[in-house]
Amino acid sequence: MTRFKPSLVPLGLLLLLSAIPLGAYIFDAVFALTLATRILILATAAVGLNLVLGYGGMLSLCHSAFVGIGAYVVGIGAYHATNDGLDWMTNGFIQIVAVLVFSTLTAAIIGVISLRTRGIYFLMITMAFGQTLYLAAVGADLYGGDDGMTIYQPSVFAGFALQGRYVLYIVAAIVFSLSVFIVDRLARSRFGLVLQAAKMNEPRVRALGYDPVRVRLVAFVISGAMAGLAGFLLANYTEFVSPAEFNWVRSGDLVIMVVLGGLGLNLGPLFGAAFLLVVEDLAPGITTHWPIIVGLLVLLVALFAPRGLGSLLTGEARND
Amino acid sequence: MLSSSLLLFIEQCMNGLQFGIMLFLITAGLTLVVGIMNFVNLAQGSLFMLGAFVTAWVAANSGNYYLAVLVAIAAVALLGILMEVLVVYRFYHRQHLDQVLATFGIILILNELARILWGAQGLSVTLPPELNRSIELLPGLTYPVFRFAFIIFGLTTAGLLYLLISRTRVGMLIRAGASDRDMVRGLGINVNLLFALVFGLGAALAGLAGSLSVPIMSASVGMGEPVLMLGFVVIVLGGIGSIRGAFWAALLVGLVDTLGRSYATTLLSLFLGSKAGASLGPSLAGMVIYILMAAVLAVRPEGLFKAKAS
Repeated sequence: MTRFKPSLVPLGLLLLLSAIPLGAYIFDAVFALTLATRILILATAAVGLNLVLGYGGMLSLCHSAFVGIGAYVVGIGAYHATNDGLDWMTNGFIQIVAVLVFSTLTAAIIGVISLRTRGIYFLMITMAFGQTLYLAAVGADLYGGDDGMTIYQPSVFAGFALQGRYVLYIVAAIVFSLSVFIVDRLARSRFGLVLQAAKMNEPRVRALGYDPVRVRLVAFVISGAMAGLAGFLLANYTEFVSPAEFNWVRSGDLVIMVVLGGLGLNLGPLFGAAFLLVVEDLAPGITTHWPIIVGLLVLLVALFAPRGLGSLLTGEARND
Repeated sequence: MLSSSLLLFIEQCMNGLQFGIMLFLITAGLTLVVGIMNFVNLAQGSLFMLGAFVTAWVAANSGNYYLAVLVAIAAVALLGILMEVLVVYRFYHRQHLDQVLATFGIILILNELARILWGAQGLSVTLPPELNRSIELLPGLTYPVFRFAFIIFGLTTAGLLYLLISRTRVGMLIRAGASDRDMVRGLGINVNLLFALVFGLGAALAGLAGSLSVPIMSASVGMGEPVLMLGFVVIVLGGIGSIRGAFWAALLVGLVDTLGRSYATTLLSLFLGSKAGASLGPSLAGMVIYILMAAVLAVRPEGLFKAKAS
């Protein structure tokens, strides 16, 4: 699956992830640490999307909705704790359970309906469902409507608040590593093999007695839950939530991260997210009209490097 | 004299019809491009936006709205053909994922270009006096002339499109392309030219929709994307590649969306009490159309009108 020896990958990842806070501490480069945190959080959502898009071949354009659900759980909890004195609502454990319940339920509902179709229909329907949730967030006047709301209270785990740059980085790194580990295990399991086989030859998978739709639905739900967790971290990181989190453009960004990193390459989204977010971080320094740079970049990738940035170096074929 | 609530209902139905016709103009091209070329064009919304901007800009500089509409249609059609010849045709045989990426990039570029050329503030247009008034359609029901003209003009365009597709040789080739494009190629038709033509036609219609919408919603960056989503709902409901399906589905979506927005609060207040109704109504109103789509898909995954192409 990867070009490296499997045993070296976790070690390399661990070294990379621990080098960043050390470097930031030694060189007093806090901005690098916050950027790295953001990259890890969005890469977690993209790793989840990769399970669906890279391994399962389903082009979902609603994954930012799951990120939004995770973020709004934190936002709504903080709102009621601040305004109504409901302190239990900032309890991190309760919030995580709520994030998992809401994101899996939503993913299950969207999945059951969308997976009746494939191809172009699937991408249009998931996009429309994402828009539905976006509109719901815009209409939620109590929680700031269009403007969103500031989060005044972070999630608290048994007296331990999820705030501070180093704490957030470490938690994001752990959650990211866990999600990579889970997707790696899933991809090698019988479930993952059926999922990948169904992408290549659906009739044959059916003939072997598996139900491809059910396998895809399970993958979709797991992937939605991972995006929800990323949203939970994102809200604590930005201390702000708004409908923009639900916007389909964010889903597009996640797809770009997966593609840039290489479809079905488990660690790919990390590099995709890093590349896209560093460009988005640097481009505003070059011109105020930086979206043109990102747009051109995306167009060029679609034209010349649909197998990910790595393929430009190695000329390696995408495994689909 | 009819009761005022009935008159309001009729007026909302007219608005829904007008919105539906606008959606049809956008989706007609989109559904053909998806159906014939198997190409997902996310940038259709941006073409709609450019139609609106060009109209507002030309109208502001020349003082002539009619001229502005013509210029906008021509400009957007030209841009569409340019897009097809430079970028889009390279993606016909690629995966949907690559097409989505490419058109996503085009959206970012076009939106930012519009911001550079016309600013983030948005542009509006002043209508000529003969369009900028109301007429009495029924006793007690006055309706803006412009919206009425929109409906008539849109229906005429839809009719002409129907004649083009069902009665002319080009239309025959387009329909043949929708059911079996390889066979059309095999019969010696210049498919590249046909594709560029269809793409340009779709762009022109999207530009027209933008031109006609400026007086109602004014041109702004990012106005195309919400409309694109509704366009997708229309295509899903109507069946990919079917102009007839797109027409009826667009009217249905326009009506349901407009009526949903005007009556959701009232209806919810009946069941949940006025306070809950007032807070839930607006957010549910926007969702009504997507719930409708989910319901239709649950029963007929291939859309209300069976698509000609698979």
